[in-house]
Formats: sequence, structure tokens, C-alpha cells
Amino acid sequence: MKYIDEFRDGVLAQQMAASIRAEADPARTYRFMEFCGGHTHAISRYGLSDLLPDNVRMIHGPGCPVCVLPIGRVDQAIRLALDHGVTLCAYGDCLRVPASHGLSLLKAKAQGGDIRMVYSCMDAVTLAQQHPEKQVVFFAIGFETTAPPTAVAIQRAAALGLDNFSVICCHVLTLPAIAGILDAPAVPLDGLVGPAHVSIVIGSQPYEAVAERYGKPIAIAGFEPLDVLQAIRMLIRQVNAGRAVVENEYTRAVEPAGNRKAQAAMAAVFTRRETFEWRGLGTLPDSALRIRSTFAAFDAEMRFDAPYSPVPDHKACECGAILRGAKAPQACKLFATVCTPENPLGSCMVSSEGACAAHYTYGRR
Amino acid sequence: MSLIRLTDFPALDLRNGRVDMAHGAGGRAMAHLIAALFARYLGNDYLGQGDDGAVLPSAGQGQWVMATDAHVVSPLFFPGGDIGCLAVHGTINDVAVMGARPLYLAAAFILEEGFPLADLARIVQSMADAAHAAGVPVVTGDTKVVERGKGDGVFIATTGVGVVPPGRSLSGRYAQAGDAILVSGSLGDHGMTILAAREGLGFETPIVSDTAALHGLIECMLNSGAAIRTLRDPTRGGLAATLNEIARQSGVGMLLDERALPVKPAVRAACEFLGLDPINVANEGKLVAICAQNDAKTLLGVMRAHPLGGEAALIGEVTADPRHTVQMTTALGGRRMVDWLSGDPLPRIC
Repeated sequence: MKYIDEFRDGVLAQQMAASIRAEADPARTYRFMEFCGGHTHAISRYGLSDLLPDNVRMIHGPGCPVCVLPIGRVDQAIRLALDHGVTLCAYGDCLRVPASHGLSLLKAKAQGGDIRMVYSCMDAVTLAQQHPEKQVVFFAIGFETTAPPTAVAIQRAAALGLDNFSVICCHVLTLPAIAGILDAPAVPLDGLVGPAHVSIVIGSQPYEAVAERYGKPIAIAGFEPLDVLQAIRMLIRQVNAGRAVVENEYTRAVEPAGNRKAQAAMAAVFTRRETFEWRGLGTLPDSALRIRSTFAAFDAEMRFDAPYSPVPDHKACECGAILRGAKAPQACKLFATVCTPENPLGSCMVSSEGACAAHYTYGRR
Repeated sequence: MSLIRLTDFPALDLRNGRVDMAHGAGGRAMAHLIAALFARYLGNDYLGQGDDGAVLPSAGQGQWVMATDAHVVSPLFFPGGDIGCLAVHGTINDVAVMGARPLYLAAAFILEEGFPLADLARIVQSMADAAHAAGVPVVTGDTKVVERGKGDGVFIATTGVGVVPPGRSLSGRYAQAGDAILVSGSLGDHGMTILAAREGLGFETPIVSDTAALHGLIECMLNSGAAIRTLRDPTRGGLAATLNEIARQSGVGMLLDERALPVKPAVRAACEFLGLDPINVANEGKLVAICAQNDAKTLLGVMRAHPLGGEAALIGEVTADPRHTVQMTTALGGRRMVDWLSGDPLPRIC
């Protein structure tokens, strides 16, 4: 595959790994957090940890959209499907997220809920067009990667005059989450591997204030294994040189100012929520999006009586600590014992981007 | 099925007609459907006996193998095949990977009220063609009709029997540390075809199902003299699930080489696009073979010489592993687990 195989080249990877081993100072430890679940997945999927020297440690961050979704939000979606009889459309990796009362969207579907997996939020708009007799609700989750398509779907529904389409908006923002981690770091961090797809939308500039304020180097990286290795080497070089700036490894996709059209669509449709509860990170100010009042007709939280109510995690579940980088998946008592991909208790075990699922699937050796 | 002469009844309207409840009620309408469709396309001497069951000749020496498979696929017609040929191939393959020569098939149809007879005719024709090409006749069958909304067009369950010649014994329990692992060709073709067709995902390069009967290839492999321990067709769950099953059955581990896995560029690209891994995706015309390491090259040559094994590859080896894990050396030289999935592979959003 063109433009992909080049970034998975085994020979280049070995050369890059040798260069990392040569440049990493054996007298110190490097602790880097990869923010994105996509990076976590790549590190596990390609066995990148095997290529790194022992003193370069990767700590998994909270950038897995499914993992940071609190139980109460999934409950909200399930209630809409089961109690209000809506047709609920969701992305595939939401379907197995454990919710209250032993339910998940998949189990609610088995109980008779009209719950459908979609590949694009536009599929939900199309469904609403084809079935004027149904109320179609899109369960919108994700960071700035998936927020612009949701914005476009709402604009499209407005243009079509659809009165049977609405959205549960659970979109979250990257920079407040990074700030949340760096304000109270669970482990000392020496740098961050910055998001790939999110950065295509928001650009590399917004990270500059973060690097400066917290004195941490940031290397924005693509999701291919060579991208990740190269970003790690960039961070090691910055640490060695005592620098803390934003560098962009992912120049083939990320521009300093990002994708202005996507930003404009988001700005037109969404505004910031004052606070939002994240799984693992707690309630963070200005960290999520809600639908603007001009598009209130498409806000499922306004249209239906399905208020959000927070639900505590399973007592022994360490998803919170894992999402903050404070614990490794194996340190959780539930990991691979009672919490498995077949029967996930915590959200980190659900998506293949989740730290626990990535370790379970690729890493137990 | 009972023997009905086609001339006893007026022709079915195969162009515009639809399945109705009477077609499963045991009366004239059902007899008509059987005569005009099933007997007409699938007809052979055994089916023609017209009794409640087929009386088959003695199979001589050897051990019986019997396998059954229920086929539910949406869409019913897909690039490279349909539920009819799939129902023939799938069960022939289940019999053949046991080392048996498949001899006979039985087929049960569950039809949904309202299903177009024209589509049913296409499916039965395709089934007949597949059975004829494979040399394995459908010797008995059954038809039921369920009310509209209680089925998904057509479900077909097929059962196959075959005979393992004396001296042959294959099982998922026989893999030994040091053995070689081979696959007969590219991975994930069928599953990605179905997914692309089901979800209306348009890819520029069409992906085509690999549905095929493998007993010819298997016969060549077994006649090669190679010490084959295990054959299995990696259908649902893909290669990853099949190898994990064998590892558990045999009490061994496995180590694969990611670079050796044959995957068609279009399938790789589609998997990439959806965040799926081809080793978790279904195949319907591929097999996994485990054989003695010394015979691996010979066996690979035999497989590649067969039209259904042209892209066969040596993909790894069986290891001694008390935890019976399947692992893979990645293209980058790292190691990772190859686990089975908990359910359907779900696309990732990020």
C-alpha cells in the first residue's frame, strides 16, 4: 500500500531503533506519554516496546475516545433506545462499552433496542431521511477528529429540514485533557507524543502554549510505527538538549494552523460546555462541546427527557488511574482475570485503542 | 423430498412469483416448488428416489466423517458467489479438512415468506453448479417456510459426509513443536467482500469472495507424502481464531512471521481503512496446514501448483509454549500476541 508501507518498513525501523538506543543517555530515564489511543494501538500492534531501550518508557495517555466516555453517557444512549424507542446510531467501538445494570449498547440491542452501527454520522442522517417515522439519534463521541463530521451532519440535517434527527453530543477536546494530565501528573513525564488525526484538524500551533507553560517537549506523530519511533527520537533529542518545544513529525498531514474548514464547521455548530465529566480524569472545565442554541432542535438532550447522571466506576476498576498514566494495565487486579475483552468491566478493555485491550490482545507474553 | 414429475403441475412463476406459506405446508404447492426448483436443478439418482431419506451405497473401507454447517449471510448475493455455492463449499471443506473424500450433501432450506422465487432459483442453480463442479451431489433435503419478518430471505443448512481412506488421520490435536504452518492463499477476501457489500462501502478495486471447494487441493496435498498433522479452513474469526483453536487443542504455541502473511492489496487497504486486521477476517476458500518442518517446502510446492493454492505461503512454526499462545514477529521485528477476538471485529473511529 502506497504511503503506508513506507512507514512500516522493518529495515528502517531497526535503524531508527538503533539510533534511539545510541542517543538515549543510559544515565537517565525517559518517560513519554503517547496521548492517543491510536499510538497505544500502534505501539502494541507492532511490538515497538521491544525495539526501545529499557530506559525509554512509554506511558499510555487518555486519548482513546471510547475509554474517556463515562458510564452515565452510555446509559443516556441506552435509555433513549430502550425507553424512548429511538433508532440509536453509534460507531462500532461504542457498542461493547459497559454501562449500568450489566448493559451495553450491544446488550440493549438484544433486549429490543433499535441500535445500529454506522461508519459515518452521515449514515444516520440518511437513515433519518429514509425513515421519517423514526426518531434517529446519533451518539457522537470522540475528540476533534470526529467532531467536524458531526458538525457537518447537523448542518446537513438542518439544510434538509429533518425533524427526526438529533445528536447526543459527547465530543471532547484534546488540549484541556493534556492540561488536566500535566496539571497533576500521576507520574513525572519528560515529553508527549502529540495526537495525529486531532492535530490534522486543530494544527500544531495550539500545542505551543502547552509546551511552554509546562516545559515539556511535544512531538506530533502519525499513527504508523515509524512515525512513533521517529517522534520518540525527536523527544529524546529535545530532552538531551534541554529544549521543550512543539515539533511536528507528521508533516505529511499536519499544518501549523490545521484544517480551517473543519474548525469553522465545529465553531458554527458547537460551543464549549462549562464542565464535562471524563472517565478517569474527573470533571474538567471547558473540555467538551455541546450543540449551539441555533441548532438546539438537533440536540437529543433537549429533545428527549434523558438527563445525564454520573455513575461511579466499578470499585476495583483502575481505568481512571490507567487513563492518567498512573498505572499500567497489568497493575489492575481485574486485568485479564475478571475484566477481559469478552466481559469488559472498564472502558479501557473495550476499544482496541484502550490501553488494557491493547495489552490484552497484543502484549501478554 | 418426494419424487414429483414436473409435468404434474403448471410451471412456477419464477420471474415474478414469491415464496408463500403454502410452499412449506406439505401440500401441492410445496411439491410443486420441489419439482420445479430443487429437483430440476439439483436432481440426481439419490434425490430421485423420492423417499424420506437417501439410500446410499456402501463406501467400502475407511472411516466416516460427517460435518454440518448452517449458512446465514447478508447479502445473499455478493461478488464472487452467493449463499447457494457457499453452502456447498463450506460443508465440503469441513469434511475435506478431516482428510475425507466428500461424497454426499444434504440441504435444508428455511425460506422467508415473500422471498422472490427468481432469487431462490438463482441460489439453487448456483448450489447445483457448485455441487456438480465438486462432484458431490445433494442427495436429500428439506424445505420450510417462515412468516415474513421471521427469517432473512434464505437460510441454508447443509450436512456433508465423506470417507477417510485407511491410514489417514488429521486433527487439530496433532500439531507438534517445530512443525511448519502454511496457508493456501490470501487472507480475508471473503469477510471483506461481505463487509463491503453489506455496508455499501465502495472501493475502487473490487474485492471478490474466495468461496471455493478445497477437496481437490487437499487430495493433492495428502497424496504428496508430506507428514500433514492438521488441516483447517479459517472461516469466521479468520486465521487468528483457527490457529488459537489448534494451539489449544494440541497444547502448543505458534509463532507467525507477519511479513509472510499473504494479503491482497485491496483487502489490506480496506482493512486499513476500517481499522481491521486481515488475520481476524473470514475466508471461505482457504486452508491452514500444519506439517512436519522437513516436508514444508515439498508441501508448499504442491499447494502452489494447484489453482486454489497459487499464493500459498509458509507463515510460521509451531512452538513449545505451556500457555498455548499464538504470537507474531511483526514486520518491524517486534513481537506481539495474536489473540482471538471477543466478537465481530468492530471498526475503530480514530
